[in-house]
Amino acid sequence: MEVGTAKESHPVRAVNRACGPFFLLLVASCAGGPGDAPSSRGEDLLLLNRVTWGANPSSARDLARTGPARYLEAQLQPAQEAALPPEAQAQVDAMTITQRPVDELAKELESRRKGVELLRNDDEKKAAQQAYQQELTRLGREAAARTLIRALYSPWQLREQMTWFWMNHFNVFQYKANLRVLVADYEERAIRPHALGRFRDLLGATARHPAMLIYLDNAQNAANRINENYARELMELHTLGVDGGYTQRDVQELARILTGFSVNIDRETPNIRPAMRSQYLREGLFEFVPGRHDYGDKLLLGRTIRGRGAAEVDEALDLLARHPSTARFICRKLALFLVSDDPSEALVEQLAASFRSNDGDIAAVLRELFASPEFRASLGTKFKDPVHYVVSAVRLAYDDKAILNAGPMINWLGRMGEPLYARPTPDGFALTRTEWASAGQMATRFEIARTLGYGAAGLFRAEGPQPAERPAFPQLANALYYESMHKTLAEPTRQTLDKATSPQEWNMLLLASPEFMYR
Amino acid sequence: MNKRTFLKNAASVFLAPLAGRLLAAPAAGKSRFLLVFLRGGYDAANVLIPVTNGFYDESRPNIALARESVLPLTSEWGLHPALGETVHRLYQNAQAAFIPFAGTEDLSRSHFETQDSIEIGQAAEGARNFQSGFLSRLVSVLGAGEAALRPRAMAFTDQLPLALRGEAQVANMGLKFVGKPAVDARQSELVAAMYRGTALAAQVNEGFAMRDDLMRDMMAEMEGAGRNAVSARGFELEARRMAKLMKEQFNVGFVDVGGWDTHVGEGGAVGFLATRLEELGRGLAAFADEQGSAWQDTVVVVISEFGRTFRENGNRGTDHGHGTVFWVLGGGIRGGRIAGDQVPVRQETLFQNRDYAVLNEYRGVLGGIFARMYGLEEAQLERVFPGAKPRDFALV
Repeated sequence: MEVGTAKESHPVRAVNRACGPFFLLLVASCAGGPGDAPSSRGEDLLLLNRVTWGANPSSARDLARTGPARYLEAQLQPAQEAALPPEAQAQVDAMTITQRPVDELAKELESRRKGVELLRNDDEKKAAQQAYQQELTRLGREAAARTLIRALYSPWQLREQMTWFWMNHFNVFQYKANLRVLVADYEERAIRPHALGRFRDLLGATARHPAMLIYLDNAQNAANRINENYARELMELHTLGVDGGYTQRDVQELARILTGFSVNIDRETPNIRPAMRSQYLREGLFEFVPGRHDYGDKLLLGRTIRGRGAAEVDEALDLLARHPSTARFICRKLALFLVSDDPSEALVEQLAASFRSNDGDIAAVLRELFASPEFRASLGTKFKDPVHYVVSAVRLAYDDKAILNAGPMINWLGRMGEPLYARPTPDGFALTRTEWASAGQMATRFEIARTLGYGAAGLFRAEGPQPAERPAFPQLANALYYESMHKTLAEPTRQTLDKATSPQEWNMLLLASPEFMYR
Repeated sequence: MNKRTFLKNAASVFLAPLAGRLLAAPAAGKSRFLLVFLRGGYDAANVLIPVTNGFYDESRPNIALARESVLPLTSEWGLHPALGETVHRLYQNAQAAFIPFAGTEDLSRSHFETQDSIEIGQAAEGARNFQSGFLSRLVSVLGAGEAALRPRAMAFTDQLPLALRGEAQVANMGLKFVGKPAVDARQSELVAAMYRGTALAAQVNEGFAMRDDLMRDMMAEMEGAGRNAVSARGFELEARRMAKLMKEQFNVGFVDVGGWDTHVGEGGAVGFLATRLEELGRGLAAFADEQGSAWQDTVVVVISEFGRTFRENGNRGTDHGHGTVFWVLGGGIRGGRIAGDQVPVRQETLFQNRDYAVLNEYRGVLGGIFARMYGLEEAQLERVFPGAKPRDFALV
């Protein structure tokens, strides 16, 4: 039973309403005016909970230092490289996915896979197969750990949030084929650099990334051996939306356009007729094979696309990225992520207009979104999905003290049904409360609150030959709590916290409180 | 007072504020219904195989099943051999039937669009409410009478599916990982107190109650005493857990099984699809087995959002199609046959020269089954599937 909406009964809203006009003033100066008004701590908390992966004492200090307007503007223009705390950075630096280029890794694993198939002894084969799978899984977990470390400690929180958002939008499933070796690179090179950039760049980068081409089977899409999978999802899920005005015929035509867009991990360059050689492309693991391409003309969304090779894909992506349906579809999804479960049509239209006039500049759209009254009014009412829940809990509990093991977080996300890189279907995870606030979800969430509240939960036990555990205890009753968070708690929550019989139980109850379920 | 009532009362010492939920007995006698949703659009044409002519073989040069491997059903249809020990056996005992040319009017060929439209179960035209699933409406209709007779529904999934969203309060719990809870009774009460009067109160209370119910039924398995508990894995393990819960506590259930989107290398008598089918079949047979005498009153319907292209694609797989095949299983059904409207499988009868046609629309098919199972009247059926005309294949 959906008993009303969060807005009606949520205590955080009361604080926001009280400070509403004041906050309006703050964000009005967002466009870059020098006069940053001072802000109230309650407002800061609400804003941080939405713009970051979760408020913690250090982000609250950052925001207090610059004021909300400058803070937001800086978040929209992050420095190229995140300065992580040294201990966190050292963990990322030590990862295989950081130290070795993806094409080399993929090639090595491919040769291992082929080696396994040649083995004749069943036991040896089984063992080698297992070792191969374990290595793939280890690389996938490295990527997940890197994402979580950045979400926990990067000062460029908005970029990290948007990286997750776009990874989810352009979802791939790491347990298909060898994708576990590719997801780290997919995130690092196709998604993250463009997370606040141009939508067209995201689209282009995903269309040439082996992770996407393998996941949606375009690596096998060839002239007269058409595979529609990627073509369909490219329009339905990545750009136009299912009601965006395309037909089955358009799917077939786009599939023809995409023929020959493929992946080459370890094969020799194919033999190509001399006349076609200039058409052949190979960039990293991406390969365009002219011999597999359908060179006929195509008719996509009413436009004739002249058959001429890989450039057809660029033309098609231009067409899709600039289509009005795409602007609406993407902007609605952004509002769903950053505003509310039911953003107004007016807001979506306003953002879509900005999307179109700025040629899909994501930061420009978000700047508009942050400045909208609807965004301000929505603060504190968006239900956290499991990733937001887990990351915000660990951020609050340990602030900038770097965890040594993301494994427990990876496992919690699995238990709650929102693992990284492991949504099997290309639609990605849903962004609304109804998906994540069911009875079973809540029960699991409270179990995780208990685990997190009662101790280090394995987060400070480094993996490796000599696993060392560092003493750590969640510090939820921290400066942020006393300065601002406690003011946002409703009376029943305060009374319940007072009944805690130990600091551990107090931690658990805070993490299980209704207020902590919203961002 | 039965075991459940007793335990509820005993638990109410700690869970007093959670006691809004009443003991449920099935509204329509002992009937139980489980919907199994195969997400991804399974390749029905390689499961229920048209064995009469060469068009099947011509259309699928690499993935067609050889005649000798196909299990015989009727003169026109055969079954995939991976289901030999399981669903085929049920069929031979008249406990399984198939409805070919089944599906929706949705032509998007989109997984997500079609799954959603099936789960809401509303007419394709006109305004649609995406917060009202047809199973939820069924639960509401069955529970419209005495509160004590309200059916209890549960989704055996990590997230509550669209089919069970709506006015009826339905719980969900994935059964892949079941562990002993760490939040104790006192703490549960403290947490519930924080949510009293908030938008999430109902879910929170239901979640704790569900957890307790689940623990009670799972205890035996967790202590290693449960039959087949050690050997069961994957979907079979989930299915056995579902069967226990449906035997004891729930009369409407939902589960989904993914991994059917076979665009590439789906295989034939062995291979990817065969492996998926084998696991599914084992799970369904285990469900029947674990239910014991309750299986007699249970109906399981297996559906999928669409079928796949009748012809194989360029990658020894199949692309998104239209008509599919529904399965109906149950201890007391009149199975052992292929039900519903049918046409010969030929190129001329393919929909858009590509897919199976839909002759048996899902709302009519399910409506007909519900009408028989629960003795629903026209007006009640109209609430479950507005505007749909029930089809009666006398399966139940």
